[in-house]
Amino acid sequence: MSNGLTFSHRLTRLYAWIGGGFILFILLMAVGERLGLGIQTIGYLFMFVPIVAYAGIGFLSRTADVVEYYVAGRRVPAVFNGMATGADWMSAASFIGMAGTLYLKGYDGLAFVMGWTGGYVLVALLLAPYLRKFGQFTIPDFMGARYGDTTRVLAAIGAILASFTYVTAQIYGVGIITSRFLDVSFETGVFVGLGGILVCSFLGGMRAVTWTQVAQYIILIIAYLMPVVFLSYKVTSIPVPQLVYGTVLEKVTERENAIMADPAQATARADYAQRAQAIERRIEHLPPGTDKAELAKLRQEKADAEEHAKPLAPHAEPFPGPDPGHARLNFLALTFCLMVGTAALPHVLIRYYTTPSVREARNSVFWSIFFISLLYFTAPAYAVFAKYEVYTNLIGTPIADLPSWVASWSKVGLVKVEDINHDGVLQLAELTLNPDVIVLATPEIAGLPYVVAGLVAAGGLAAALSTADGLLLTIANALSHDIYFQMLHPAASTTRRLTMSKVLLLVVAVFAAWVASTKPATILSMVAWAFSIAGACFFPALVLGIFWKRATRQGAIAGMLIGLGITLLYLIGIRFYGMATWFGISDVSAGIFGIPAGFATIILVSLFTPAPDRDTQNLVESVRYPSLKL
Amino acid sequence: MTSDDKRRAYWRRTRWLTLVLLGVWGLVTFAPAWWAQGLNRYSLFGWPIAYYMGAQGTLLVYLAIVGIYVWTMERLDRRYGVEEEAYVEETLEPEVPGDDDE
Repeated sequence: MSNGLTFSHRLTRLYAWIGGGFILFILLMAVGERLGLGIQTIGYLFMFVPIVAYAGIGFLSRTADVVEYYVAGRRVPAVFNGMATGADWMSAASFIGMAGTLYLKGYDGLAFVMGWTGGYVLVALLLAPYLRKFGQFTIPDFMGARYGDTTRVLAAIGAILASFTYVTAQIYGVGIITSRFLDVSFETGVFVGLGGILVCSFLGGMRAVTWTQVAQYIILIIAYLMPVVFLSYKVTSIPVPQLVYGTVLEKVTERENAIMADPAQATARADYAQRAQAIERRIEHLPPGTDKAELAKLRQEKADAEEHAKPLAPHAEPFPGPDPGHARLNFLALTFCLMVGTAALPHVLIRYYTTPSVREARNSVFWSIFFISLLYFTAPAYAVFAKYEVYTNLIGTPIADLPSWVASWSKVGLVKVEDINHDGVLQLAELTLNPDVIVLATPEIAGLPYVVAGLVAAGGLAAALSTADGLLLTIANALSHDIYFQMLHPAASTTRRLTMSKVLLLVVAVFAAWVASTKPATILSMVAWAFSIAGACFFPALVLGIFWKRATRQGAIAGMLIGLGITLLYLIGIRFYGMATWFGISDVSAGIFGIPAGFATIILVSLFTPAPDRDTQNLVESVRYPSLKL
Repeated sequence: MTSDDKRRAYWRRTRWLTLVLLGVWGLVTFAPAWWAQGLNRYSLFGWPIAYYMGAQGTLLVYLAIVGIYVWTMERLDRRYGVEEEAYVEETLEPEVPGDDDE
């Protein structure tokens, strides 16, 4: 050995140990299962062993230094920052929900795949290198330096608004996973999960979050790839699902045609159509003054029945359904909003403050998109393989002979089978699958041992914990750094600032966990809004702030307010007040109006207000060059 | 060239590169989706083309865009003399790494 190791070498060695250790742990568990280790014990071990590892990293990364606490000391090498961004970015929804969404929506679900990767092109080209050159601690820091303190406060509020619903959903996801695998109540699961979140971030801020996120990325990617690699091997004898699922897709299409031609499928659909009509008649004949909840329940039942009566939409067909024109418009709008939102979510952008240089920041966006694509490349394959298994081995099977995973997931309500036409055989129309079940049940669908199910749970937990940590830190820092330190007490000592940060982190975490434990249906359905909100609030002001010296403080304030205002108006109007849609665009894509409105307002108002002063212009000039030698 | 000229030239090139790559990004994101129904009539190794683009092709182009950007910008940095000093990682005495694995 040479005398001394660089930081990167040391990190590579450490994470090789962690990755290798994790694989060894999986093998040990597999052997244990063979030798009769109980399912319950395996579930517990897969929950706790990784958490102990995260806690170890979190403890070793404890810090009392401001630069370490806020930006991990600015010495995170590009590759590791890429992995940390991957874990930061990929949430419980990506890990558990994405493949299921693709299963149910086919082509139309690809808006998420493109949106959540293509956003990083915007990050690379328009933001990351410049923010790194600016080199402060938070996104509101940049807004404040470029446009003044009012904008800083607006940005802090925007950051909290976009991150809070999102973090609640992550903690909810953690609660679901822990409660299912530890066999405890959902509320207990949420608070166990809260412990898991805090061990990663409480003592070491960004430094601890960064190094646990790298470990979490390694665990989540192993956990995501393994089941689908096995499934691919089982179906095609080639263990590279991403390369071979095209041929499987062809077989799925054949099966789709066969299923549509099957008369039994037609009778099942006709029965559902009849049921929908029957419910409709009941609704018409309800006595006036019937309970509203009763009515809503009947409406839901009718909608469910109608859903089952619909013809099967071929997997690869874009925009099936009666109105392809609007479906296409919505697809494009959603892709756009997800991309711009990705490029504007503060918890992602602050990751690029942590690299040692502008050059490394650029490099690390490349690694981010690479590591993220590994999962998003695989998700559509996951969906196609699962569909192939369901369409060939499940549909057309006598209901008495269904595989046991159907029964076990029916118990928790994620799978529903109903023999509506009483022929004793399962038709496609008679099967209801919750999107989450695709990833959760694939180990069983592929006939893999229970260890793999535990592995999937550990991966889902890693995804949810890492995202929750990144978001919590963003919220706590917006409060402690931007509001408390910058606005209220600029004279606060370093110790006091850090104490404040940690206290706020704890308060926000407990509050978010409490909100999550009440299972707030509205908040959970609002998660997709975060992208439109962040996109409309930050993106125009950030991009123009870098690329257009003439953008003024008044322009930015007006642009942020109008962009955010239009987005919120549209979201809330459509969702809660039955407002008519504009061009048929659904509420999740509200940013398609807010983002351009933000750009237009900033440009217009800036042109009518005096140009920014010399200092501000010099700041803009300086962020454009990695290093100025004058 | 004076250093001011060099600086301006660097920024002009940066903007051009950004604009061109954004154009490619927009084209590869929105064109296949807009013409998805037509494109899907042809297939590639089993994938209908529009589906393949959405699931893999576009992602590969994104990676290429960012890769080209990183590579070109590094060359521009050096050519116009705005590159950073090489960052030297701190070297630590060899020691037992933190024992965090299971």
